[in-house]
Amino acid sequence: MYHYNAFDSEFVKLRAAQYRDQLERHLRGELSGEEFRPLRLQNGWYIQRHAPMLRVAIPYGVVSSAQLRTLADIADRYDRGYAHATTRQNFQYNWIDLEDSADVMDALAAVGLHGIQTSGNCIRNVTTDAYAGVAPDEIADPRPWCEIIRQWSTLHPEFATLPRKFKIAVSGAEEDRAAIGWHDIGLQLRKNESGDLGFEVRVGGGMGRTPIAAPVLNAFVPWQDILTYLEATLRTYNLFGRRDNLYKARIKILVKAEGAAFTQAVEAEFATLQARGPAHRLTEAVLSRFSAHFEDKPGVAGVPSHFVATQSIANEDAKAYSSWTKRNLRAHRVAGFKAVALSLKRAGQAPGDMTSAQLRAAADLAERFSAVQSPTGQGGELRVTHEQNLVLPWVREADLPALYLAAKAAGLAAANLGLLSDLIACPGGDFCALANARSLPIAEQLLQRYEDIDELQDIGDIDLHISGCINSCGHHHSGHIGVLGVDKDGQEWYQITLGGSDGSTLSGDTQPGKVVGPSFAADEVPDVVEALINTYLAQRDTSAERFVDALKRLGHEPFKAAANAARRSTARQPVAA
Amino acid sequence: MKLIATNAHQSRASGQKDSKTAENGAVELDLSALNERAALAFDAQLLAQAMIELPFVKAGDGRAYSHAALLRRAGYSGDIRAVGDVTVDYLLLMKRCGFTSAVLRADQNAAVGEQLLAHYERFYQASTGALDLHAPRVLEPA
Repeated sequence: MYHYNAFDSEFVKLRAAQYRDQLERHLRGELSGEEFRPLRLQNGWYIQRHAPMLRVAIPYGVVSSAQLRTLADIADRYDRGYAHATTRQNFQYNWIDLEDSADVMDALAAVGLHGIQTSGNCIRNVTTDAYAGVAPDEIADPRPWCEIIRQWSTLHPEFATLPRKFKIAVSGAEEDRAAIGWHDIGLQLRKNESGDLGFEVRVGGGMGRTPIAAPVLNAFVPWQDILTYLEATLRTYNLFGRRDNLYKARIKILVKAEGAAFTQAVEAEFATLQARGPAHRLTEAVLSRFSAHFEDKPGVAGVPSHFVATQSIANEDAKAYSSWTKRNLRAHRVAGFKAVALSLKRAGQAPGDMTSAQLRAAADLAERFSAVQSPTGQGGELRVTHEQNLVLPWVREADLPALYLAAKAAGLAAANLGLLSDLIACPGGDFCALANARSLPIAEQLLQRYEDIDELQDIGDIDLHISGCINSCGHHHSGHIGVLGVDKDGQEWYQITLGGSDGSTLSGDTQPGKVVGPSFAADEVPDVVEALINTYLAQRDTSAERFVDALKRLGHEPFKAAANAARRSTARQPVAA
Repeated sequence: MKLIATNAHQSRASGQKDSKTAENGAVELDLSALNERAALAFDAQLLAQAMIELPFVKAGDGRAYSHAALLRRAGYSGDIRAVGDVTVDYLLLMKRCGFTSAVLRADQNAAVGEQLLAHYERFYQASTGALDLHAPRVLEPA
């Protein structure tokens, strides 16, 4: 992983000091709430329903065990003993007092963490494939590019007050595991016919009330020019993006409204920048310097590919272990290694939530089983996934039984990756001031209803996504089954959508799901989901046909009929969606 | 960067008003039409001005940062002055985009502004105020 140099470390400390000054001026009354707001937002501090929410940046989802321990300490000292992994690979807290916020920033800065640009109308923390650098299907490692973009976008003076927030995602693999089509800019590493590396650049995707899959703006930008191309795109957006209407301010609206004129404007600016000469291109030397941070450490080489378990699995654990190895392991670029997901989806805890004990347990697991990246053997590496789980990217196959047993003891061994209970959910109305409805009780009911691993495996791969409002933090638009909280006469209602896609091979081209019908009452939602699942189970052609494939083959009608048949309170007086 | 108190600020004499010069002398770049990229090619008369005022029409409207950067790219070497809703917390961004002076809003404390301008010594992007601000350089190892 990228290791901070003296400049990086100093920079986040200076940022924490800058924030402390802003907070103090605010508390002294010298900086109004309205004027403090954008400043605190760009350090990750929202004001929520009960207390401020802090979003901590985990750059492209890569976090060290030492950083996880600090997150655990902050959870204990300043919050209520837990933190929450987000769909943008960050961590959030929900209960920290604003008066403590500057101290928290100092504690984060001590281990190279911060909340820079995790909120506000700026370039947000860049995201990528949680399996970056270890996946066998990579065209190129996206991590050096993510780090280059992190540095380029951090306190970039021209793009600090954009019309609206701006999210960039990078994928380096054949399979898109970063949902890049849903981003303001989605970058896909590609090689052209000559074998040169570059990026397919998609611009203007986003969820919210106007879900749009990002169209391709440029099919191949040479890697040397990618920052210039980002700059041209951002400048065009900064100059021409709408600032008169919050709901039309995202770049997706500009791209859609202007069409070819937008593309021409970006290309013209790009050409102008390119004409300024080679100083504006990235060089091999720069790329090498960044790539060096992500080279395999000596511990990765020379591991025998044959399986010699360091610990054995007792008979009573054999079945569960087998399920876990089937679901939660991912192939690795290096023979003898696996990437292992630690599921954060289990009944009794909100999706993505981790107690401080679990944070420390995950740090322990990373140090024991995913530490080959460190020359000293100290400090394990983890990834936060877009689906709100953790990944240990450097696990020796021989260690899998020992890892499983340790993860199980820590409550981190649910074998449900990609299954129905591996659902995505935002914090919803329990925490968020924007939400129209609660997400977590719906998630909890579904997690309780679907705990049987055999049943979950029979249902197979499926994306269930829950958002508490149209801002779509729970990515309902991209769920095969999407659940959206809506407010009607002060009551909680839920829209159900079908057939959304995150752009993966399983889900198909990036697209929003289609609404099933009028909204459902909260207590109907688990039954509706069950009716959809049962329809799939009854009508699939073989057990190999997955939910999303059956949906495509059968069309939405049989599913809609089943959903509507599950109505009780909304049966007589359907409420308009 | 020169900080100017509101009461000491005399708006530029507007003798040579053209389509790009508003009543108060602040330059208003006509950038409304995306497909009229010529709007971004500044004319010689504008670039000959000793000082150009760029307005921050409201907090959070960051277009003037790009305007300043583009003026510097076009070779403008005179004073670029921030006017309008100018508060101390944004001075550093302004300076780094090529502004060389700012008229602070009446309630702002210039001393705080000076401190904030000096808070960071180095940045991830190419260096301050230079014409090549936007060269996509990333920092050399410290």
